[in-house]
Amino acid sequence: MVRINGKEIAAAGKTVAECLSDGGFDKTRVAVEINGNIVPKSRYEAAILADGDSVEIVSFVGGG
Amino acid sequence: MALPSREEMQLAFSLRHGEILAGKFGKASVAVCGLGGLGSNIAVCLARAGIGRLHLIDFDRVDISNLHRQQYFADQLGMYKTEAMKENLARIAPYCRVETDTVKLTAENIPALLAGEEIICEAFDRAEEKSMLVDAVAESFPEKYLVCGSGMAELASANLIRTRKLGSRFYLCGDGTNGVKSGGGLFATRVMACAAHQAHMVLRLIAGETEP
Repeated sequence: MVRINGKEIAAAGKTVAECLSDGGFDKTRVAVEINGNIVPKSRYEAAILADGDSVEIVSFVGGG
Repeated sequence: MALPSREEMQLAFSLRHGEILAGKFGKASVAVCGLGGLGSNIAVCLARAGIGRLHLIDFDRVDISNLHRQQYFADQLGMYKTEAMKENLARIAPYCRVETDTVKLTAENIPALLAGEEIICEAFDRAEEKSMLVDAVAESFPEKYLVCGSGMAELASANLIRTRKLGSRFYLCGDGTNGVKSGGGLFATRVMACAAHQAHMVLRLIAGETEP
């Protein structure tokens, strides 16, 4: 299981890109952090989630 | 009235913040990316705290629609925000070294413009630009501290605004959900609350505290 935004999800083995697409996230508005490190967008296709990973997907909203 | 001397200002900071923190703040340097509602308020907070150097980056000019939440004056309409803010900070904290770049930050120019920084505040308006800055910093400078803002629109409770630590060097302030819809509201109070969270996290980092 992978902990994504606080919820246990069966996402082990999936790439970050697949995970974003499954969750309906817009890649151009997010930041993804795995186990304390931000994952650059260039690695979304290559980075594979492993059992026990802790993932935070931030979906930014406008305003500043 | 004549401006206070550098020594008088430093003594005033020491009396308020204690000598150790005042010394740390005076030696610190912070980059503020965007000088709108978040960035202008962050810059004022950090200058008031006695931060020694600020690097302010924005391409835009002061508009009448900014005055309800941004730290500019009605007689500064049309000025570049970098120049207007430099002028305002000189009146608040005359010995703060303010460096400006009047340019739009992009994935291409971020590596050069932010290379010398240790602490970076994201203070953009659009979600895509916030995401782009986080990405560019993660790609080029994973060792730098990054303090972002997301979710401060509407008249929702100010108590929803908080600081979260999401990565070892990545902080996110705001309520996370209330964005600007077309014609939707941004209120000085909530925008300033979020800006204050960001500026406060920066002060904590400079003091050596890494938890929100």
